Amino acid sequence: MVTTLEKVDVVTVGVGWTGGIIAAECAKEGLKVVGLERGRERSTEDYSIVHDEYRYAIRYELMQDLSRETITFRNRRNQRALPMRQMGSFLLGEGLGGSGTNWNGQNWRFLPYDFQIKTMTEEKYGKNKLSADYTIQDWGITYDELEPYFTRFEKTAGISGEDTNPFWGKRSEGFPTPPMKKTPILKKFETASTKLGLSPFMMPSANLSEAYENPDGARINACQYCGFCERFGCAYGAKTSPEVTVVPTALNTGNFEVKYNANAVEILKEDDKVTGVRYIDTITFEEFIQPAEVVVLTSYIMNNAKLLMVSDIGEQYDPETGRGTLGKNYGYQILPSATGFFDEQMNTFMGAGALGMTVDDFNGDNFDHSDLDFIHGASLSITQTGLRPILHNPIPPDTPSWGADFKKASIHNFTRTLNITGQGASMPFKENYMSLDGTYKDIYGVPLLQLTYNFTDQDRALHAHLTQRAGEIMQEMGAKTVVGGNPISDYDIVPYQTTHNTGGTIMGTNRDDSVVNNYLQHWDAENLFVVGAGNFAHNGGYNPTGTVGALAYRCAEGIIKYSKDGGALA
Amino acid sequence: MAKKEKNFSRRDFLKTSGIAAGALIGGGVIGGLIGPNAGGTGSSTATVPSGATGGILHLQFFTNNEEFQILMQATERIFPEDELGPGAIRLNVPYFIDRQLAGAYGENSKEYMQPPFYEGERTQGYQSRLRRNEIFRQGLQAMQTEAKNRFNANFVDLEGRQMDEILTAFQEDEIKMKGVSSLFFFRLLRQATLEGAYSDPVYNGNANMDGWRMKGFPGHQAAYINQVDSEKFQEIEPRSLGM
Ligand SMILES: Cc1cc2nc3c(=O)[nH]c(=O)nc-3n(C[C@H](O)[C@H](O)[C@H](O)COP(=O)(O)OP(=O)(O)OC[C@H]3O[C@@H](n4cnc5c(N)ncnc54)[C@H](O)[C@@H]3O)c2cc1C
Ligand code: SF4
Repeated sequence: MVTTLEKVDVVTVGVGWTGGIIAAECAKEGLKVVGLERGRERSTEDYSIVHDEYRYAIRYELMQDLSRETITFRNRRNQRALPMRQMGSFLLGEGLGGSGTNWNGQNWRFLPYDFQIKTMTEEKYGKNKLSADYTIQDWGITYDELEPYFTRFEKTAGISGEDTNPFWGKRSEGFPTPPMKKTPILKKFETASTKLGLSPFMMPSANLSEAYENPDGARINACQYCGFCERFGCAYGAKTSPEVTVVPTALNTGNFEVKYNANAVEILKEDDKVTGVRYIDTITFEEFIQPAEVVVLTSYIMNNAKLLMVSDIGEQYDPETGRGTLGKNYGYQILPSATGFFDEQMNTFMGAGALGMTVDDFNGDNFDHSDLDFIHGASLSITQTGLRPILHNPIPPDTPSWGADFKKASIHNFTRTLNITGQGASMPFKENYMSLDGTYKDIYGVPLLQLTYNFTDQDRALHAHLTQRAGEIMQEMGAKTVVGGNPISDYDIVPYQTTHNTGGTIMGTNRDDSVVNNYLQHWDAENLFVVGAGNFAHNGGYNPTGTVGALAYRCAEGIIKYSKDGGALA
Repeated sequence: MAKKEKNFSRRDFLKTSGIAAGALIGGGVIGGLIGPNAGGTGSSTATVPSGATGGILHLQFFTNNEEFQILMQATERIFPEDELGPGAIRLNVPYFIDRQLAGAYGENSKEYMQPPFYEGERTQGYQSRLRRNEIFRQGLQAMQTEAKNRFNANFVDLEGRQMDEILTAFQEDEIKMKGVSSLFFFRLLRQATLEGAYSDPVYNGNANMDGWRMKGFPGHQAAYINQVDSEKFQEIEPRSLGM
């Protein structure tokens, strides 16, 4: 028995950052919007006992319930893909706000180079800089075209920052709020990197330096530097998240409704249009159809791709032939790093998720790659996010991992260790892709998404080079011992790395090399939109959400235009 | 040779712990801070000190004292009492682990546990059909068997260095277990020990917040907005959520 509900103008699958932005913009225009969210409702009141490392950072209180759904993984095609039975390498969000609830709030705009990476790389270094197995392509939109949307998102979020980075794209406006506090730890990095001739600046942050009211009238409080930020919700309503901004904005119009415990399992399509979404109530397992004029996939990159695959919309990418675009160009983030062990004790346990300073001198094409065997690079940052004792047990090389010496060293160094970490770019490779798993299913009977991914030579070269650069800064900071991050070999899904997954539903200028156009409108169904980091044709040298937010505003504009005029937008 | 093995296990552990390791970029190795490697001290078995609460009547998962005593000694070897402060036993870590094993953690409630099960490669992570509480029970029994085989004694009656030898064998993946590798069990045990030492006392470990106190971590503080730009290191009396 399937119950068909009343038709609405727009339905979003998922209510995190992207779903919230689409909902707010469309509802403000008078469109009736329903958000299907598989998780539960939550708000700032749910975070009053959130300063609990074990529950939130270790047992993943706010994350996806993998007993219901996960993905399968293998490093290469000739390996058997097996389920990710426990969360590790990345943490999938669930519930109102999605991962926007528990993110750090480090908010970036990708570089102008990112959007035209193929053209600019070939112009400067010729056609053979990377082998043809690296499927890089321009994004079908330029930084300048996206600039107004970056500004929109930053104003919604109230981002705190300073426009002093000589390497990033031109900004039409300054930051909505001033940068966060420059702590002694950050100053160490600033002094050292300046001495090395680099250009440090305060990291743009969604933990706000002061209270702020955004253009929609939503209020975000000032960050209290509580040190329980990433993986946690904010008890102060000070970390910009969908629940304190776009979701109330959408709800206040009276045109938006969220259906909770609603797990989408299929996009319904007739001829060349979609008609709605089939979902399952996660409590009763009853089935519903939500018909809509426009369907928007805002369920993070994994489920955006999976829902298209199970609904048979678009052509699955085949690494053997190179045909197909759905699932193509899966990317991740390469994380070069250096750890410094110091004599003096520092307040490493204080901080905020996006409290940091960065240099971009080794990001994008901001440095010459003529004699290097890789392209792109990484932003290198020191962050003071607030270290916690279960996850943070720094030990110098050749210390045993348990026992008396471990205990002494890890306690001694807890307040005497700093890290410089790079958000390194990840280039698409023909063997790295997503498809549907043939064996494993979720609790609703839908096949799991299958991930085939490994690091490549480009990644290893980038990692090695940037690790050296990070080490040089750390040394200049006066660390007694500097240890570089282990060289990367095979991608391992066990240790946490980062929740910056990209690709699979990439954007572009034509249907042969992309899934959606530059309004994130699907090539095969004009009333279907797919938005998120899945649209990235490669991953850049920053965290993704600033760019994801810009794309979501662009997408919302497209939906509103489409609702009036219909037709293909690009 | 022995040195090499130690290095291997450290690296292997580090690969999956997210802690930076790798080539020394500069500076010297810290001298004086760290004494001889663990396992060489030969100190005798830790006894259950006064101050540890509980007893078998307080157990929620384990049903017999023998298993629980093995857990106590094993966690104490991983996180021993020293001049800095209490070890796993006095921090109540074994009771923390017992309770966790009785609940969602032990039952893998939030994990994908559907068949088919295959061994998989290291990079594919947990692939056992066993739940964590089954792995713990089996692992502790295997430690007892190993003590009998190697030393003809109960695990809890061994010298510290003998216990370390057995734990190291688990860590080096030399012990045969059913449906799971001994390395995997060792990692669980080590991680659970640290969790018990450092989680909020509302979970029954970290007794008296002494884990936090040793580490200079103040636990749950409302905010650091007034201290975060201080040049001086701040010593702050820790607070628990349960206070
Ligand atoms: C610990 C952590 C720290 C991070 N820090 C940063 C940072 O500092 N800077 C940065 O730029 N990015 C950061 N990120 C990434 C950032 O959170 C994501 O880029 C962002 O949340 C993506 O937004 P989204 O709307 O695409 O997906 P999400 O926010 O994940 O929202 C997707 C929503 O869809 C729902 N959903 C999924 N499938 C279905 C289905 N089938 N039916 C119904 N609903 C469904 C989910 O429950 C979820 O609520 C971090 C992520 C994590 C986990
Ligand atoms: S560090 Fe700031 S933004 Fe982050 S959770 Fe704490 S108060 Fe909120």
